[in-house]
Amino acid sequence: MAKITIDNVVKTYAGGNTAVHGVTLDIQDGEFIVLVGPSGCGKSTLLRMVAGLETISGGEVRIGERRVNDLDPADRDIAMVFQNYALYPHMTVRENLAYGLKNRGTAKAEIEARVAEAARMLEISQYLDRKPRALSGGQRQRVAMGRAIVRKPAAFLFDEPLSNLDAKLRVTMRGEIRKLQKRLGTTSLYVTHDQLEAMTLADRLVVLNGGRIEQIGKPLEIYHRPASTFVASFIGSPAMNLVDARIDNGTLSFGGLTVAVGSAVNGPVTLGLRAEDMQVAPPGQAGMSMQVEYIEELGAQRLVHGMVGDQALTVTLSPAVPLTDVMQLTLPADRLHLFDAQTGTRLHAEPRRVVQPA
Amino acid sequence: MHRTKPLDHVILIIGALFLVMPVVVAFMTSTHTAAEIHRQGLQILPGSHLAETYGTVLTQRGGFTGEITGMRMLMNSFILGIGFAVGKIVLSMMAAYALVYFRFRAATFMFWVIFTTLLLPLEVRIMPSYGVMSDLHLLNTYTGLIVPLLASATGTFYFRQFFKSIPDELLEAARIDGAGPIKFFIDVIVPLSKTMIAAIFIIMFVYGWNQYLWPMLMTTDESFFTLMRGIKSILQVWVGSQIPDYNQAFAMAVLAIIPPVAVVVIFQRWFIKGLTESDK
Repeated sequence: MAKITIDNVVKTYAGGNTAVHGVTLDIQDGEFIVLVGPSGCGKSTLLRMVAGLETISGGEVRIGERRVNDLDPADRDIAMVFQNYALYPHMTVRENLAYGLKNRGTAKAEIEARVAEAARMLEISQYLDRKPRALSGGQRQRVAMGRAIVRKPAAFLFDEPLSNLDAKLRVTMRGEIRKLQKRLGTTSLYVTHDQLEAMTLADRLVVLNGGRIEQIGKPLEIYHRPASTFVASFIGSPAMNLVDARIDNGTLSFGGLTVAVGSAVNGPVTLGLRAEDMQVAPPGQAGMSMQVEYIEELGAQRLVHGMVGDQALTVTLSPAVPLTDVMQLTLPADRLHLFDAQTGTRLHAEPRRVVQPA
Repeated sequence: MHRTKPLDHVILIIGALFLVMPVVVAFMTSTHTAAEIHRQGLQILPGSHLAETYGTVLTQRGGFTGEITGMRMLMNSFILGIGFAVGKIVLSMMAAYALVYFRFRAATFMFWVIFTTLLLPLEVRIMPSYGVMSDLHLLNTYTGLIVPLLASATGTFYFRQFFKSIPDELLEAARIDGAGPIKFFIDVIVPLSKTMIAAIFIIMFVYGWNQYLWPMLMTTDESFFTLMRGIKSILQVWVGSQIPDYNQAFAMAVLAIIPPVAVVVIFQRWFIKGLTESDK
């Protein structure tokens, strides 16, 4: 158990391709950090640099107080769980779990005790003498986690461990990883491209884009205050609506409504609206008219897709709400996200909570 | 799926007969006396001299010096076959391991150099090889017989392709588990290559077993004779009114078939697996 410090780490490949541009991240002891981003954003590369599977081109990685840049993976006191499990196919589950300990010269009795304990914790005791190929995907992933646990490392590194599982199993395993990590209190770094996995697992979320950190924060902080349009569209499902709007003299206008937002910016802005923040306007109150295009039924709720003017919008509505061809929607004055139209960064104007017809 | 019809079986039976008949003829002929064979040609019915002929072949001292028995030749062939197979597997596995897992400046180039030599048969380099062995005073030794032919482009190529199919994560997991290059090779690569090793073993054993030209060049001492040379030497006695011991030559040929067949039968299951699937 230890804190991990990633200090201005850079990865440049031989061809001059830079995958990670100076990432700095402080991970507290026992914290569960999730690195999330689209493919090619450098999240796996960053994890592999911490693991020691990739060389570090610049900056420094410290585990505990130790600088580990030049240490072999085996000497970094970390354990890793891979996407395709990477179990040794010719060894039984027991041998798989014990291999790392055996290589470190751990005493036989100690190995047996630790394997038994990990197996009990992960409920794989009855499979200990089977080969990995006789196990299902979920069981294999448990074994892979067991292999990490028995080592009692300073940190767990997870490289998209659930991507090879089917949707249902993924949800179960997600819960188990979370429970296990809470119980062991081991510092964990978890890479995923699945924003839902990221939201549910993380103590703190790190959103990466193009080898740079877009935002670090608690899942709800990021959900409610995304730092850029990239984060806004990546975190949350359905993705946040991003529409073009204007601010003139401190007043935002969109869809035939205006909101006073203070006079921070003038001109075009990008307006972010969460699908669940919009409601059908009560009779008598002015709303923006949405031309409904198609509906997606999710059971507990329905997603209504349509157009407000020339802007596409998705709204989450309760199935109880009657549908019409044109729907009048409210603009959630206190839940507006404003972004710079050019750079996409968040504008910190506090909206005053009054909506008026234009 | 295609339903088998009687015609398919007829074709299969004809094919099987085509391959098996020569062996049957050789075996049946070997149970007759040399004189009978000389008079009547090849036989397909069993004769009455089975035990006698095979006993003679295995125990009678023959050759020009009268010091070599069939048993001795059998043993020599075994030493050659197994020496070849084991040596080639060890050497080519290590070469392939280096080519796949170590970052050499010119690894790809070296691989192609090795691969190109696939195209060169032994006969092309047989004289220089002989020269080297002669200068090292290794003529008439098992070392001289085996070592020069150990470098195997085929084996290296097969193992390289196989190692490339092993997922990288396995290596990474092993590195995190604290296994160095040698440990990884012995603990992971070798057990995973089992089927591949069996396949290469069969190919190389048969190759070594059937060597004729190379042992003939390398050894003049009759105690190093292999079965292949023994068969030939039995037939080389056509002097005056003496006729060759055809029965013994056939008996020896039949004996020479047995070990490779046994090896194939024993390793068959792995062999097919090794060539068709990569065991995940």
